[in-house]
Amino acid sequence: MKLMDKNLGLVEVQKLEGHTDRVWNVAWNPAADGVLASCSADKTVRIWEQSSLTRSWTCKAVLEGTHTRTVKSLAWSPSAKLLATASFDGTTCVWENFATDSESVSVLQVHESEVKSVSWNASGSLLATCGRDKSVWIWEVLPENEFDCAAVLTGHSEDVKMVLWHPTMDVLFSCSYDNTVKIWWSEDEYGDYNCVQTLGESNNGHSSTVWSISFNAAGDKMVTCSDDLTVKIWKTDISRMQSGEGYVPWTHVCTLSGFHDRTIYSVHWSRDGVIACGAGDDTIQLFVDSNSDSVDRPSYKLLLKKEKAHEKDVNSVQWAPDKESRLLASGSDDKMVKIWKLASEP
Amino acid sequence: MTLGLINANPVVQAKKERLVRREDQYRDDGVDPLEIYEYVRDIRDPEHPYTLEQLSVLSEESVTVDEKLDRILIMFTPTIQHCSMANIIGLCLRAKLKECLPLHYKVDIRVSPGSHADEVSVNKQLNDKERVAAALENPNLRQLVDECIYSAEI
Repeated sequence: MKLMDKNLGLVEVQKLEGHTDRVWNVAWNPAADGVLASCSADKTVRIWEQSSLTRSWTCKAVLEGTHTRTVKSLAWSPSAKLLATASFDGTTCVWENFATDSESVSVLQVHESEVKSVSWNASGSLLATCGRDKSVWIWEVLPENEFDCAAVLTGHSEDVKMVLWHPTMDVLFSCSYDNTVKIWWSEDEYGDYNCVQTLGESNNGHSSTVWSISFNAAGDKMVTCSDDLTVKIWKTDISRMQSGEGYVPWTHVCTLSGFHDRTIYSVHWSRDGVIACGAGDDTIQLFVDSNSDSVDRPSYKLLLKKEKAHEKDVNSVQWAPDKESRLLASGSDDKMVKIWKLASEP
Repeated sequence: MTLGLINANPVVQAKKERLVRREDQYRDDGVDPLEIYEYVRDIRDPEHPYTLEQLSVLSEESVTVDEKLDRILIMFTPTIQHCSMANIIGLCLRAKLKECLPLHYKVDIRVSPGSHADEVSVNKQLNDKERVAAALENPNLRQLVDECIYSAEI
């Protein structure tokens, strides 16, 4: 792999200050370059924009006054017209025209306790949420910022930490304090979602809370991270599933262990194949498949370890969605958001 | 809240004498485990009008510090095996230490091995920082925690 041969480093581009409590999550705008959102225990969401002149980021908007408790997670719709936020106050809010005079917010209030995560499917027609009440909800997105409940999925035996739609198919993934990843799929167009697979300890799954999931660009590989201090890679034959063969199970590829010595909270796979992890050991670590250019079996190696990336736990890492910039955003318990660039060291 | 006390007959120790510390017992650059113990020994038990030290829930041996990694481990001993206050005690410890400690220290809290019937699940919940954060945002829990950690100052 070309990346392994270069002398690469994760260079801090900018530190974004503003949140007054820990930052739980960061999310890049998928439709506009250089725009990032972050959410925090300070109950607000901040939108940061990169100036085309100075190339530095400033806070363009603060979304506040709606959530009454920690905002844990957020997700831009694929068109970036809507921003969904998940909060410990039990609500999911979907913002439209935010920070303008025509701002409107739809409030989805169904979870019985804290909402932990929210995710849009690839087409933006479905929204999923999950929370400490162990349930996963799927919503149909209707015109005028309206939402209809399409499914309530029970099956996890504990707090559900994250939900994520597959990048190309309407298959939903959830991960939980019950140590498993569950996969939900609807065989027909009527939207009856069922749990079609559970990745648990018996099939090489994690042995403690699974905090985060991410897919590679092709959607045929998945990475998960956990309180068990490991990162696991999974694969499936996605082309078989895309051609209508029915559900094709995911299988374990490998486990990366011994790299982090505290809970790994966040993992994100870049478009060009770099896996970033953020953990409670204050580090950000990057992994790549050193065999990705060959026909050999994948071999995941540590590309680099950034010690003291933040002063405290790194809660969230996310690569910018464009193909060239190699920018990474991170959010931490130290209240900071940082922008990094993966670049050759001088 | 249950009507009856979980443990109606706790064993209460006399308040231990505070030792006068000699200057050279303190490390210049680190955190002394006994210094941390000073912060937590007087936290009041959620059920009884005694401190965690008086009930032997905490003792000087409860706190260990990994100086190299800046990590603190606190082990506490619930008064009975099926103590449902274990999570509250854990929250009190975290809330108190958050105020007192230099911010970069990582804190792990566990029940002493063999001291609780649901040791594994209690330890897991005590160390899930998202669960801890959400619990401390709950006004009822926060009020109970505040009563326990500030009672010494009344």
